[in-house]
Amino acid sequence: MNADLLFAAASELNLYAARYQMAFSLGFHIILAGFGVAFPFITFLAHRRGYTKRDPDSLRLAKRWSKVMAVLFAVGAVSGTILSFEMGMLWPGLMGPYGDVIGLPFALEGVAFFVEAILIGIYLYGWKRLPARLHMFVLLPMTVSGLAGSFFIISVNGWMNGPAGFSIGPGGEIIDVNPWAAMFNSAAVIEWLHMLIAAYMMTGFLVASVYAVRWLKGDRSRIVRLGFLIPFTVASIAAPIQILVGDVAARRLIEAQPAKFAAMEMIPETRTNAPLTLGGLYVDGEVRWAVEIPGLASLLGTRSLDGELPGLNEIPVADTPPVNVVHIAFQVMVGIGTALLLLAAWFGWSWWRRRGPPEAKLFWVASSFAGVAAIVALEAGWIVTEVGRQPWIVWQLVRTKDAVSLSTGIVASAITISLVYLGLGIVTIIVLRIIAKRMAAGEDVEIPYGPSKVES
Amino acid sequence: MLADTILVIIWVGLTAYAIFAGADFGAGMWDLLAGGPKKGSRPRGLLERSIGPVWEANHVWLIFVLVYLWTAFPTAFVSIMTTMYIPMMLAGLGIVFRGSAFAFRKWAPTVQGKAVLGTAFAGASVVTPFFLGTVAGGVASGRVPLGNAAGDPWTSWINPLSILGGVLAVVICAYVAAVLVARDAQRSGLDDLSEYFRSRALAAGIVGGVVALTGPFVVKADAPTLYEGLTSTFGVVVVGLSVLAGLASLVSIYLHRTRLSRVLAVLATAGILWGWAVGQFPWLLPNVLTIEEGAASPAVLIALLVAFVAAGLIAVPALIWLLMLTDRGVLDADQPVHDGSTEALLTALVAEAAQSDSAA
Ligand code: HDD
Ligand code: HEM
Ligand code: HEM
Repeated sequence: MNADLLFAAASELNLYAARYQMAFSLGFHIILAGFGVAFPFITFLAHRRGYTKRDPDSLRLAKRWSKVMAVLFAVGAVSGTILSFEMGMLWPGLMGPYGDVIGLPFALEGVAFFVEAILIGIYLYGWKRLPARLHMFVLLPMTVSGLAGSFFIISVNGWMNGPAGFSIGPGGEIIDVNPWAAMFNSAAVIEWLHMLIAAYMMTGFLVASVYAVRWLKGDRSRIVRLGFLIPFTVASIAAPIQILVGDVAARRLIEAQPAKFAAMEMIPETRTNAPLTLGGLYVDGEVRWAVEIPGLASLLGTRSLDGELPGLNEIPVADTPPVNVVHIAFQVMVGIGTALLLLAAWFGWSWWRRRGPPEAKLFWVASSFAGVAAIVALEAGWIVTEVGRQPWIVWQLVRTKDAVSLSTGIVASAITISLVYLGLGIVTIIVLRIIAKRMAAGEDVEIPYGPSKVES
Repeated sequence: MLADTILVIIWVGLTAYAIFAGADFGAGMWDLLAGGPKKGSRPRGLLERSIGPVWEANHVWLIFVLVYLWTAFPTAFVSIMTTMYIPMMLAGLGIVFRGSAFAFRKWAPTVQGKAVLGTAFAGASVVTPFFLGTVAGGVASGRVPLGNAAGDPWTSWINPLSILGGVLAVVICAYVAAVLVARDAQRSGLDDLSEYFRSRALAAGIVGGVVALTGPFVVKADAPTLYEGLTSTFGVVVVGLSVLAGLASLVSIYLHRTRLSRVLAVLATAGILWGWAVGQFPWLLPNVLTIEEGAASPAVLIALLVAFVAAGLIAVPALIWLLMLTDRGVLDADQPVHDGSTEALLTALVAEAAQSDSAA
């Protein structure tokens, strides 16, 4: 084999390893980050209930949740630190030319994260050390810093999908950089709203599912009931809103990123009256093995059967994202979103009729899977966004293959990172289970950040 | 000028990282050396108590440095990160192991489990500063050329100045931690533990001094540009102050003046970093890229200043509040403010809520 070919094969492998490593570490981090965003507010609801109704069970929940929050926050922070290494190590072609354009939101996210970390410390230390009211209200600025931090970081991803805030000079150099305009790019706000609500859905359903399992095991104690109701209510409110926001996000893509849209909906040719394609694979430019619902894609996308939707035929082959991956991920997300909406509606209906959660066993079984389902939806959504943007790392500006690092050894580090994170994920789950068991047995448990004692 | 200002801010962040996270890493090292589960339990307990409250927030300083570097000096940043891929990756893994093992250790159901996690925590505490130190040495000795992975993946961080940087980083962390913890123990009246860490601080300080003595020779042979800067008047002053602070801190710890030695140890550590900065000025990457050449446009630098001020206005008061609280908590830790059980705590809280409501 000649040396050039060998080199090409090696750099192709490098590119895949880098993309895989980035996706894996982001996919890991985003779950923990989502807890950092949504958990403080859900804990606030429990704490406030305990405080205003003088209800020890609710306070007990708040205290337990704050401990789980601390563990997740710790793992979230270290996995986030790795991400900031990776941005430079893996993507010099992004961070070299554009690091200055998108640096500001990263810097601001650092501020938000720092504030949140400090406030978590204060909250954990505050039990009985701070005045009760003040202590409860510490959770609110924490909630705000979660909102702000997620906006900043998502705005970077928005920028990759809709670059703004600079011009390109005659020699190809980047000029007129305006970091504020880059931060408020056209995709930032909608992506942020969608992610924010996803974080609330994920955290709400996941926390509730822990108590749903206990309920199924026959534990009808008040604390289990409350532990289910508070987070489940939050998630149930978020679920319908999420579908509306997702709809706006999808319709925005028709103009903004037609290639992503065509891949998502699997539309081979630009047309009106486009069918909604359920399932199926895209093989040699044709849709196979799919169930098609006539006209529905046009109806959803443009609010009219005559609406024209962009097809894959308009996208040069070299600029086409992996259609099947994007389409399947999109269907998984929408499918789960719809299922969770139904679950939430069931809950809402039962509450409206009889002021209580449904009795049916099916409801509780479904609820105990809802958290994991929300995580899957969230990951699938990111696959739509990120894989759907391919082959661009910055939409229509920088190709991913031109941005990747030329260092050797990315394959090795990608494998290492996967193994380490796999181990980390497993240990995190084991530890959370131990915490849950000990807390359920009424033990007072110690946590990182929290006060600890030295025997003297 | 603007670019220099941002670099000064970055260096403030780097100094904070070296001191705060350095103390964390050092605590991890002493944890490693504390002996078996029985013998080591009290020093470990004290270490954990002293670093517990702020430990994870400390990564923020490193993130801060990275983010400001890539925003203000993007080309230098990617050149460093892609050339130094291996040590950065290893340091990153160290951070993951350290942070998570520390968070999890308390929960391990068995003694063996605790020991495994404890070793991961402590081992990572040595590895991480070592590799970060080798990166610093590689940059300072001009081994990072401009470009995408343009430097040598191995010799850029396996070379005399890098090894010196790595070893020095490890020893300094151990020293700073021992001094801080000795002070903490003395203040809490744990005299035997204070003595324990005082002798360790002395040992680490002496080793550090010996390692640092080789510095001028290594720098002269391996990093001429840095050497030139360090032997300028300003360079001599900064390095001299650092050396004096280091010596004085050793003497004061010998004399049981733990509070004074804490301040001096911090000054000595800062002096090394600022000496490096002065020695390398005006180069971002020695002999390759100056600060002015490598800087982003003014609009970006100004935005960074705004973010910095915002951080100061929002995060610093919160941090002071936390430190005040934990200071009180630490003082009280041996007579817990509540009797430890959740029940008692909740009863008290509910009562307090009722009280403040009826007051309102
Ligand atoms: C609990 C999670 C969850 C649920 C139930 C949904 N989504 Fe979603 N979706 C996400 C979580 C998510 C996400 C992970 O948060 C993404 C990735 C990037 C983003 O902004 O949000 C996303 C991205 C994303 C995108 C790509 C946006 C872009 O690239 O600019 C579209 C078009 C949709 N979603 C549409 C929907 C629709 C129509 C849903 C209706 C059922 C839906 N999503 C439910
Ligand atoms: C602000 C946030 C984010 C930034 C800056 C970012 C950045 C990147 C970069 C630089 C890449 C590699 C280049 C590429 O393949 O285009 C990438 C790929 C990817 N990211 Fe993101 N990302 C962000 C959020 C996320 C999150 C939260 C997830 C996950 C759940 C995610 C999932 C992925 C996936 C699946 C890929 C691989 C795409 C492919 O290789 O086809 N991203 N992202
Ligand atoms: C897209 C989604 C992301 C969201 C919503 C998000 C959110 C968060 C949150 C809430 C935290 C605090 C830790 C926790 O709560 O568990 C955090 C930590 C962190 N994240 Fe992410 N993050 C995202 C992606 C990224 C990316 C792409 C990077 C880097 C390139 C990054 C870098 C960090 C870093 C460095 C930390 C720890 C320290 C700090 O924030 O300054 N995150 N993130």
